[in-house]
Amino acid sequence: MSNGRFGVHGGQYIPETLMKTVIELEQAYEFYKNDENFNKELEELLNNYANRPSRLYYAKRMTENLGGAKIYLKREDLNHTGAHKINNVLGQVLLAKKMGKTRVIAETGAGQHGVATATAAALMGMECVVFMGQEDIERQALNVYRMRLLGATVNSVTSGTATLKDAVSETMREWTKRMDDTHYVLGSVMGPHPFPMMVRDFQAVISKEIKQQILELEGRLPTAVLACVGGGSNAIGTFYHFIEDKEVRLIGCEAAGRGVNTAQTAATIATGSLGIFHGMKSYFCQDEYGQIAPVYSISAGLDYPGIGPEHADLYDQKRAEYVAITDDEAVEAFEYLSRMEGIIPAIESAHAIAQVMKIAGTMDKEDILVVTVSGRGDKDCAQIARYKGEEIYE
Amino acid sequence: MSKISDVFKKGKAFIPFVTCGDPSLMITRELIYAMSEAGADIIELGIPFSDPTAEGPVIQEANKRALATGVTTDKVFEMLETVSVDTPLVFMTYANVLFSYGIERFVIRAKEVGIQGIILPDIPYEEKEEFEVECQKHGVDFISLIAPNSKERTQMIAKQAEGFVYCVSSLGVTGVRTTIQTNLDEMIQTIKQYTDTPCAIGFGISAPDQAKAMSQISDGVIVGSAIVKLCQEHKENCVPYIKDYVLAMKNAIK
Repeated sequence: MSNGRFGVHGGQYIPETLMKTVIELEQAYEFYKNDENFNKELEELLNNYANRPSRLYYAKRMTENLGGAKIYLKREDLNHTGAHKINNVLGQVLLAKKMGKTRVIAETGAGQHGVATATAAALMGMECVVFMGQEDIERQALNVYRMRLLGATVNSVTSGTATLKDAVSETMREWTKRMDDTHYVLGSVMGPHPFPMMVRDFQAVISKEIKQQILELEGRLPTAVLACVGGGSNAIGTFYHFIEDKEVRLIGCEAAGRGVNTAQTAATIATGSLGIFHGMKSYFCQDEYGQIAPVYSISAGLDYPGIGPEHADLYDQKRAEYVAITDDEAVEAFEYLSRMEGIIPAIESAHAIAQVMKIAGTMDKEDILVVTVSGRGDKDCAQIARYKGEEIYE
Repeated sequence: MSKISDVFKKGKAFIPFVTCGDPSLMITRELIYAMSEAGADIIELGIPFSDPTAEGPVIQEANKRALATGVTTDKVFEMLETVSVDTPLVFMTYANVLFSYGIERFVIRAKEVGIQGIILPDIPYEEKEEFEVECQKHGVDFISLIAPNSKERTQMIAKQAEGFVYCVSSLGVTGVRTTIQTNLDEMIQTIKQYTDTPCAIGFGISAPDQAKAMSQISDGVIVGSAIVKLCQEHKENCVPYIKDYVLAMKNAIK
C-alpha cells in the first residue's frame, strides 16, 4: 500500500500519468518543510502579507446571549483575501516556485481558494488558471471578478453538476496534460498524498495559534474547538494541535443542505460511505453502485461529496465528532453573528457558528468554546438576501 | 492468467472501446457482436462512472448518457450474461465502481459473465494490490498502464504486467489527437526489456493511418473516443457505422 494513510483512508488513487509528479511533490515537500530558509520565507509571508497571527476574539455579547460556555472566535476572516485559504496557498505556491514551476492551477467552490491562489500567483509572478463550476460562477460572481482582477484566468466547468467536485475533476484533467511547469494548488485536505498531509501542515498554524492564545487568555485549554467541514482544511487546521489533548472535544460541522434525510445534502459523515474518489480513499456521498452523488448546500465551499482522509480517520477513531447543520440553521447563524458581534461570517463558517448556538447554552460557564470563523461573508450577502426573498444589486 | 496474451500471437491486435449503455445496453450487446465479426481482437467495455477523471469530454459525455438511462453495474452483468463471443472482453472502469460493489464479488461476477481483464485508470502500481489479489485469485488479468512520463517506474510496472500493457500515447486524458508526439518507440522498447507481455497503444488514435503507424511499433492499438463519437452521432443506428469503422481499422493494421 502506498504512503499517505490515515487509518484505512488516504492513498494515491490517481492515473499513472500523475504518479511521477506527486512523488516529486512529496519529495520536494519533505525537503522544504524542514528547510530553515523556506520556513522563514513562509513565516514572513504569513505575518507581513497575510496578516497573521489572526485574532482570538472573545465574543462577549454572544456568550452572554447564549448563556453558557465562554465563546471565542478564531478570526481567519481577518486574513488577507478574507479566509483561511491563504495559509495553505502561500505555502504551496512558494513550494511550487522553489520546484521551478511557473504556472499554478486550482479548483474553487465559493471562490475563496481561487482568490487566494490568484493572489499568491500575482505576488510571486506566476501564471494562474482557476477552474470553477458554472453554477458556482453564477452564485459567486464577486469572487470571479476578484480572480480576474488579480490576473487569473477563470475557466467555467460545465460537466457533471457544475460545482466543486467537477471543478476538482477538471483541474486534475488539466494537470495530467501539463505537469512539467504546472503545480496544482489543491484547496483542501483531500486528493492524493501528499496533499492531505501538506495542506494540513500549512493550515495547522490555526490551532498552533489558538493554543498559544487561549493559554495566554484563559490559562487552560478549551472544552471544544469547532469548525465547518467541506473537504475540511480549516477544520483540520483548527483541530491539529489539539488531537493529542484528549480532553479537548473536536467538532466538525458539515453542510446538511435541506436536511440529511433529503437528497439535497452534502453531509458526508452523516450520509456517506467508504469509497475511492479524487485520489483518496475516504467517505463519500454515493449510491450503492459507487456513483458519486450530486450533493447540495447553500454554501458553494461545503458543496463537496467527500471529506479529507484524516477527518475520516478521526471519525473512525471517535476522536472527532461531526454534526450536520442545515441551510436554514446556517442562515440564521449568519444573521445572528452579524447582529450580535458585528461580524459577517462566510456562510461556510456560519455552519460552525450554528453548532455553537446549539450547544453553548447547554454548557457550563467554566466551559470554553473556540470556533473558527474561516472566512468573511461579503461574498455571500447577495445570496443570503435572495434566500430571504430580497433582491439586491451587487 | 487469461487468454488475453494469446490474442497477440495471431498478429497485431485491434482493441475497440465502447461505454456500456450508450445509447442503450441492447445496442452495446449488438455492438459487441458487430465489432467481434468485424475483426476486433479484444473488446474493451466501459462501465459508466459519474466522475471519470481520466477521460476527455467525449467519453465523459458517454458516461453521463449511459447513467441517465439507468445503467448500473448489475445491469451490465445481466446484459453480458446473454452474450457469447470468442473475442476476449475486458472492463474499463473506475476503482470506486469495484470497491463499492465489493472487489471480490465484482471480480467473481465479471469472470462468470466472460470478462478476462480489468483496467482501472485511477489505480497506479502503488495501489493495485487490493484489486490485483482478487483478480489473480479468479483468473482475471489486472491490466497495467504505462505513461510517457513513467520513465524509471516502467521497469517495476512492466515486470508485473498481465494480459497486455496499456501504453498511454500522450499526457492528458482520453480523446482524439491529430498528432501523437510522444517518443513511443523508445517507451515500448524499454517495456520489452522487462516483460514478454504484449504492448497496446491507446489515447488519441482515430484514423487508419495513425493506427497503422502505432501498430508498427507495438502489438496492438486501442481506440475509444473515435468510436464513442460514432455512438453519439448515430445513437441507436450506430451499429453498422461502428462495424465499418472497426473493419477499416483492423485492415489498416494487418
